[in-house]
Amino acid sequence: MIPIILGVAILVFTLMTFCPGDPASIILGSSATEEDLQAMNEQLGLNKPFLVRLGVFLRDTFFRFDLGTSYLTRISIVDSIKEYLPRTMILTIATMLISVTLALPFGIMAATHQGRWQDHLSMVFALIGISIPSFWLALLLILLFSVKLKWLPAMGIGGIQYYILPALSGSLGGVAGLARQTRSSMLDVIRADYITTARAKGVSEFKVITRHALKNALIPIITVVGTQFGKHLGGTMVIETIFGIPGMGQFIITGVNQRDYPVVQSGAIFLAAVFSICMLAVDLLYAAADPRIKAQYAGKRRKVKEHA
Amino acid sequence: MPEAMLERVKTQPKKKSEFLRVLKQLSYNKMAMLGLVIFVTELILVLLAPLIAPYNYTAMDTAAIREAPSLTHWFGTDDLGRDILSRILYGGRFSLTMGIFSIMISATYGAVIGSIAGYFGGRVDNVIMRLLDIIQSLPGMLLTIVISTVLGAGYLNTILALSVNGIPGQARMLRAQMMKNRGAEYVEAAQSINCSKARIIASHLFPNSFSPLIVQMTMGVANMILMASSLSFIGLGVQPPQPEWGAMLSGARQFIRSSPHMVIFPGLAIAITILALNLMGDGLRDALDPKLKK
Amino acid sequence: MEHREERTPFLEVRDLVVEYFTKESVVYAVNGVSLTVDKGQTLGLVGETGAGKTTIAKSILRILPDVGARMVQGEIFLEGQDLTRISEGEMREVRGKKISMIFQDPMTALNPVQTVGAQIEEVVALHTQGTKADFHRRAEEMLEMVGIPKERYGEYPHQFSGGMKQRVVIAIALACNPELLLADEPTTALDVTIQAQVLRLISELKEKLGTSMILITHDMGVVATFCDQVAVVYAGNIVEYGTKEQIFDHRSHPYTIGLFGAIPDMRSDETRLHPIEGLPPDPTNLPEGCAFWPRCKFATERCKQGKIAMALTADGHLCRCCNLEIVSEEGGEAACQHQSLK
Repeated sequence: MIPIILGVAILVFTLMTFCPGDPASIILGSSATEEDLQAMNEQLGLNKPFLVRLGVFLRDTFFRFDLGTSYLTRISIVDSIKEYLPRTMILTIATMLISVTLALPFGIMAATHQGRWQDHLSMVFALIGISIPSFWLALLLILLFSVKLKWLPAMGIGGIQYYILPALSGSLGGVAGLARQTRSSMLDVIRADYITTARAKGVSEFKVITRHALKNALIPIITVVGTQFGKHLGGTMVIETIFGIPGMGQFIITGVNQRDYPVVQSGAIFLAAVFSICMLAVDLLYAAADPRIKAQYAGKRRKVKEHA
Repeated sequence: MPEAMLERVKTQPKKKSEFLRVLKQLSYNKMAMLGLVIFVTELILVLLAPLIAPYNYTAMDTAAIREAPSLTHWFGTDDLGRDILSRILYGGRFSLTMGIFSIMISATYGAVIGSIAGYFGGRVDNVIMRLLDIIQSLPGMLLTIVISTVLGAGYLNTILALSVNGIPGQARMLRAQMMKNRGAEYVEAAQSINCSKARIIASHLFPNSFSPLIVQMTMGVANMILMASSLSFIGLGVQPPQPEWGAMLSGARQFIRSSPHMVIFPGLAIAITILALNLMGDGLRDALDPKLKK
Repeated sequence: MEHREERTPFLEVRDLVVEYFTKESVVYAVNGVSLTVDKGQTLGLVGETGAGKTTIAKSILRILPDVGARMVQGEIFLEGQDLTRISEGEMREVRGKKISMIFQDPMTALNPVQTVGAQIEEVVALHTQGTKADFHRRAEEMLEMVGIPKERYGEYPHQFSGGMKQRVVIAIALACNPELLLADEPTTALDVTIQAQVLRLISELKEKLGTSMILITHDMGVVATFCDQVAVVYAGNIVEYGTKEQIFDHRSHPYTIGLFGAIPDMRSDETRLHPIEGLPPDPTNLPEGCAFWPRCKFATERCKQGKIAMALTADGHLCRCCNLEIVSEEGGEAACQHQSLK
C-alpha cells in the first residue's frame, strides 16, 4: 500500500508539472514584473530541476508530513484537509450506507423471486438507476424537494438535512449497480448443493438465504462495494460542487482551476490514500467472509517465513 | 504456410457461426434490441443533425429567452434564446463520439497492455500490474480531472483524459482472459508448430478473449459518456458555447428555479443514451455467456 | 401399490409426477412413481443418470428447486401422514429430523464458509432441546461416530478430503437419528477405496439406529450388498420392482436385463460388455407408450401406444412390460447370450 501511495504521489506530481500555466504569474497576477516572477519562482523552488523538486516534495510529504501551503490563499493544506475531508467522508459514507441498505434487500428479493414480477421490477429500476447521471439526479431532486416542495435545503452545509439530497443523488447509481451484483451472485449461490443441504436440514427459508446463501455470495458483493467506494469518492467531488458543500471535491476542483499545484497534489494523494485504506479493508473483509481466502493468506505468510 | 492454413481451417468457420449465433441470441432479447434501436436511432439523428435540427444551434433569439417548451421550440430555449432541441442534437455529436472514441482508444491500449501482461506473466506482469494499481488507486473521476487539467479543456483532450482512465480496467480484463486461455491446448498446439509469440497473442489468444471485451466496451461507452458529461458539467471537458450535454446542464443549473426544462431535457438525453447502452451490454453479455449456450 | 393396502407401510409414495419447466420446454422428470419402504428396510433406486432418481428423493423431502420445478401430482405418506399436505413449517420439522438426505457430491454439499462442526450443530440445534453446550457435544459426538477426531470441529470443508467431507455429510444426516435416510449416490464422487468405507459406515449406522433407507445408485454391486428391495427407474418411471433376490435372479424387464448385461462378470471370459444400445430418451419429449421401446429389442407395436401398467409376476415382484411372456422366454441369462451373438 505504501509503495502505491508513493507511486500516486510521483504520478500526480509529474502530471502537475506538465500543467500549462506558470504558478508564479498566477499568484502575482498579470501586472507582475519579470523580476517579481523570478523571485517568486525562487521562493517556491520552481527554478530547480524536476528531480530535485520531486525529491523535496516527497521528503516533505512523507517524512515531515508537511503538505505545504496553498499558493493562493497561503493557508496550510493540512489545515484545509482537516476541515474539508470530514465533510467528504460523511457524504461518501452516507452514500455508501444508503446504497448497501437499499441494494442488498432488493438484490436478494430479485434473486429469490427469479423470473417473477419482483425480479423484473427490481431489475428495471436498477437499469434505470444506473442510467441516470448523478449530477442530473441531483438537479432533479433539488427541483422537487427544494424548489417545489421546499422540504430540504438546496445548497450549503449545516445540519443533517443538508446531506440528505447529496447522499441520495450520489447513491442511486450505487444502489442499482450493487443490487444487480447482489442478484447475480445470489443466483450463483442459491442453486448450490449446500443450499439444498441446508434446506434438507430443516433450516427456515429466511435463514437459508441470510446465513447460508448471502454469506457465500458476499465476496463479489464486497468487491463491488469496494470499487463503488472509489467511484463515490470521485463522484462526491461533482456532487459537492452542485450542492455547494466545501469538501475535498470543491477544494481540489478549485485548486485545478487556479493551478494551485500543492492543493491538487496533496488532495489527490490524500484521496488515493483514503481509497487504498478502504481497499485494504476490503481485502480484510474478504478474509473474514471466506475461510478459503484466509487460508491462502496464512499459507502465503507461512511460505514467506520459510523462504526468509 | 501450413501454419496459416491450419489456423484458417481451425478458426474461420467457427468464428462465423459463433458470430451468427451471438446475433441470433441477441435478436431474441427484446430489451437488447430496444437498446440497439434507441442507440442507432440516436446515432442517425445526431449524424443528420444539420438536416433535422429546426434551428441553428448557435442562433440566439433575444425575443425568446428561456422559453418553456412549445410548438415552435419543442424543448424550449435556453438563457440566450437558443433552441434546446437543436443544441441537444448537435451536442450528441460531442457526447456520443467522446464515449465511443475514448473507449476505443482505451480498449486498444488496454488490450495490448493486458495481453502482454497476461501472456508473459512473471516479472513483466508484475511491473505492469503495479503500475495499473497506482493508476487505479486514484478515484477515476479524480484522475480524469487531473489529466484534463494537464491537457487543458476541449474535445480531443477530454477524449484522451477519459481514455487514460479507462485503460487499466480494459487491461485487467484482458489479462485475466489471457491467463485463463494461456494454458489451453490450442495455444500449446500453436507453440508446438513454432508460432511467434506476437502471432499467438494476436491470432489465437486475442480472438478467444474477444467476447468479454465487447461486453465491457459496450458498458464502457456508457460510463465514458457519463464521465464526459460530468467533466463538462464541472467546467472541464467540452467548453460552452459548444452544446455538449453536460455543459448544457452546467449552464442550465442557475436557472433551475425559473426554467426547469433547461435542466430536464439534456439530462434526459444522457439518461436515455446510457440506458440504451446498458440494455445492449446486458443483452450482449447474456448472448456471449457460454453458460447460456444451447 | 394396491395389493399392500391392508397395512400402512412406513413410507409410501403414490403416483408421483414431477415436471421441470424451462422457457422453451417441459422436462418430464418423474412420471407416476409409486413405492413403499418398510421400517428398517433399504430400498435401492437403480437407473441411469437423469432417470429422475434424485428428483424422487428431493420430492419426498420437498426440496425441489422452487423456480422451475413442480410436483404435478402424487401423495407421500410417512407413517400415514401425507407430507404433500402439511405446511412448510411442519415440513421443516420433518426435514433433518424424521427424514434426512445424503447428497451425491460431498465436494459441494457443505457450506464452504461455515465450520463443519457448526454445520452439524445447526441441524442438532434445530431439532433437539437443550443448551448450546449440548448441541456442541452432540456435534462432536457425531464427528467421532463417523470417524473424524472431534478436534477438527472448527475446521472448514476445504480442509477436508472428499471422503472426509462425505463423512461430515453423513454426520449431518444422522445427527438427529432420522427414521428415513435418503442416500443419493453417496459414493459416486469418491475414490473406489473410500466408497466401500463410506457405504459400510452408512449401513452400520443405519443398523444401529434402525433407520429405513432409500439408496440411490447405479452400482449393482452396491445394491446386492445393501438393499432389501430394488426399484429400477427408467425415464422417470419404475419399470421393475421387487426384492433384491427377485431382481437379481428373475429380472423380467428388458431394461433391467440390459442393465445386468452392462456389468462386467469376472467369472466369464467375456472381453466385451454389453451396453444397452441407444441413449436414454429426451425427457422433454418422451416416446409414446413404453419409454424404453426405442431401445428394446423385444418391442412390438403394442409397446408404442398407451400407458403400460405394472404386471405382477411373483409375490411383490412388479414389472412394467407388455411383452413379459416373450421376454421371459428369451430373457434372463439368454438375453445376454443373445446380445453377445449380435
